[in-house]
Amino acid sequence: MTLNVLWLQSGGCGGCSMSMLCADTADLPQLLRRNGVEMLWHPALSLEGEQDLLDLLSDCLAGRLRLDALCVEGALLRGPQGSGRFHVLSGTDMPMIDWVRQLSAVATYVLAVGSCAAWGGITASGSNPTDACGLQYEDERRGGLLGAGFVARGGLPVINIAGCPTHPGWITDTLMALAAGQLGADDLDPLGRPRFYADQLVHHGCTRNEYYEYKASAAKPSDLGCTMENMGCKGTQAHADCNTRLWNGHGSCTRAGYACISCTEPAFQSPGHPFHLTPKLAGIPTGLPIDMPKAWFVALASLSKSATPKRVKKNSHSDHLAVPPVSRKTGLR
Amino acid sequence: MTRLILGPFNRIEGDLEVELEVQDERIVEARVKAPLFRGFELMLVGRDPMDALTIAPRICGICSVSQSVAAARALSDASRVVMPANGQLATNLMLACENLADHLTHFYVFFMPDFTREVYAGRSWYAQARRRFAAMVGAKAGGGLHSGAALAQRARWFELIGTLGGKWPHTGAILPGGTSRAIEATQRVRLLAGLREMRAFLEQTLFGAALEDVGSLDSLAALHGCAARASGSDLALFLEIASDAGLAGMGSGPGRYLSYGAYPRVEGGHALAQGVWDAHLQQRLPLDAAQISEDMRHAWLDEGQAGLPLHPLDGVTQVQPDKAGAYTWNKAPRLAGQVMETGAIARQLVAGQPLIHDLVRAHGGTVYTRVLARLLEISRILPLMEAWLAALEPRAPYHQVQALPAQAQGSGLSEAARGALGHWMTIENGRIARYQIVAPTSWNFSPRDAAGTPGALESALVGARIDSAAGRGQSVAVQHIVRSFDPCMVCTVH
Repeated sequence: MTLNVLWLQSGGCGGCSMSMLCADTADLPQLLRRNGVEMLWHPALSLEGEQDLLDLLSDCLAGRLRLDALCVEGALLRGPQGSGRFHVLSGTDMPMIDWVRQLSAVATYVLAVGSCAAWGGITASGSNPTDACGLQYEDERRGGLLGAGFVARGGLPVINIAGCPTHPGWITDTLMALAAGQLGADDLDPLGRPRFYADQLVHHGCTRNEYYEYKASAAKPSDLGCTMENMGCKGTQAHADCNTRLWNGHGSCTRAGYACISCTEPAFQSPGHPFHLTPKLAGIPTGLPIDMPKAWFVALASLSKSATPKRVKKNSHSDHLAVPPVSRKTGLR
Repeated sequence: MTRLILGPFNRIEGDLEVELEVQDERIVEARVKAPLFRGFELMLVGRDPMDALTIAPRICGICSVSQSVAAARALSDASRVVMPANGQLATNLMLACENLADHLTHFYVFFMPDFTREVYAGRSWYAQARRRFAAMVGAKAGGGLHSGAALAQRARWFELIGTLGGKWPHTGAILPGGTSRAIEATQRVRLLAGLREMRAFLEQTLFGAALEDVGSLDSLAALHGCAARASGSDLALFLEIASDAGLAGMGSGPGRYLSYGAYPRVEGGHALAQGVWDAHLQQRLPLDAAQISEDMRHAWLDEGQAGLPLHPLDGVTQVQPDKAGAYTWNKAPRLAGQVMETGAIARQLVAGQPLIHDLVRAHGGTVYTRVLARLLEISRILPLMEAWLAALEPRAPYHQVQALPAQAQGSGLSEAARGALGHWMTIENGRIARYQIVAPTSWNFSPRDAAGTPGALESALVGARIDSAAGRGQSVAVQHIVRSFDPCMVCTVH
């Protein structure tokens, strides 16, 4: 049996759909189809729109068409004054939040594609002018549009494919796993994210790890050094496999020289400090590597700083490899 | 007179509703509604100015780099930093990468699938159109061969931003002082290989001709000669379809075209010039950015006491959801009070590309000329990118550190795939005090202004035929006209 997917967009940028189109495959539609995923409708990819879409939505609501997976991209806009009028689905005079509430009640699985749909995300930034929230979270608080107790017909809470944008592989792997019956409650982390990517840290596989080990830190953009100490990087705390899965071929935020802003985490949009600067107390970053007591970090940092090889120190403040590792015969040892 | 409400439109970016008054199967009046408001201009207030580099790209998932560039440019204007040559070249490369990908996506994934609709089933080209351009989702036999190939090529293409910017969309590598990733000479070799892969696709499948031959076409006759020599190309098929479906007579624009200038050159000026092309005067006019204003009469936004249009540096965004007479969240941008069209057609006209001039003289700004201008621009962008890549100087800096003053103003004018994009910011006490954004589709899909003058799409739709036989008020002409602008609704309102 195929997994019938309906994809709707609300208070977001459409970037998770655009990211999905960058999937590392020769034929994205066939990748999904061959693996049991049938897109009923997608805003960027379907021929039909307007009345044909509205008919499809009615068919899903009336049970004439089986809706297995409702994918929602973008935050849910509850304002102004709870009316949802900041996004009325065109052609319907009905706020999108009402469409999503109704469709969630008939879908076997409900998926938040991206951090906006998961937690509110960027759309909930600052004063949150539209009273934006996620499907089942408002930042890290459970609740959101559908409520803390929401469980979709298939027995799972909202599946949060968080990320800003989300990675194409996170979407395709989640949908294919659902189609294969391989994604259950144990496969989701405590925030409802698929564990296959959320049980990793962005730090894993980071090419700046040698700089991190020696606390050889970048001082300015384009420096090769570790960006944790000065430049706001949260890779040691952010749950995602960005540096082992990689983006658009060979990329990741840290590889391109800028901080991981932990875009898979709730409330990442309002960190309480400028994104590009590491908040510190008495010279020590306040955001320490996950699982690491502060005293250990301080002790390790001062030890490693005193033991930094010259090569690593020099390269950390350069935008290219200024000093290569020495060439030495290692085969005999 | 009948009233029709059309929506939701798909194969555009974001949500769109169009309200039409129809008489004798012709549209006599149109109102374009942007139904989604998020409030980025409000979210940015009070933040560290550099946070704009993280927040602004997320206005839009398809024009993300364009938003980054506009934000970075506003910040560099505020700080007066001058970026090193490599930083400018790398920024141009990322922006061009996105713009080319957007044009490709528009043609293969958004625009051409409309010619696979049942209403065209009897046409001689229909089977070819289905084979090449069938929509990716919903088509029984799977997507069209060429649109599928274009989509796969596009994914590979973005590896350029993967290397220079870490990821697409929403890179953080584009900064006021340059870019954050310096590449080695060998990495450049690999990037060049990627450009050549795209070049091969474009030359074999889209154009059937060398890019340079397409980019230097100088007349309608030359275009048809080129297509005749490449009869199997998608360009040739498009020309055949366009002629049969009457695309040259559909969706006439205002005849005034705006370009902020695309791709700054290291030696000064732009690769594609800045200015205004006035088709009525047949003249290129200089851009006076001080003449830009936004009128809010028909937007669900508070106009303030004076109710006058405001320059973006003085712009205000304050919602007023129950405002009488309002029908959209979009403001109405005007240049010296006039409606403008923006996009590839404007860039190529302002830059003086002879073929596009010839086409627009013959047909005006219509569905046909907008799509052709985009295709022609593709052929011109890639050779520019090859030159920029070659000009990167290994081991020379990509980034210059800048300091932002605590009090400053900055404007960042750029060209996104869809046209003129501007950011205007005011910094007070080291924080963003005001931030205003005017996006390409804000111009093209503008509502009426206080004088009642309709926006570009609103007048482009007038006269189009509604086929009552198709039922439910559907009109394939409306589909073509709307998509010919390649609308980005999430940018429009932001």
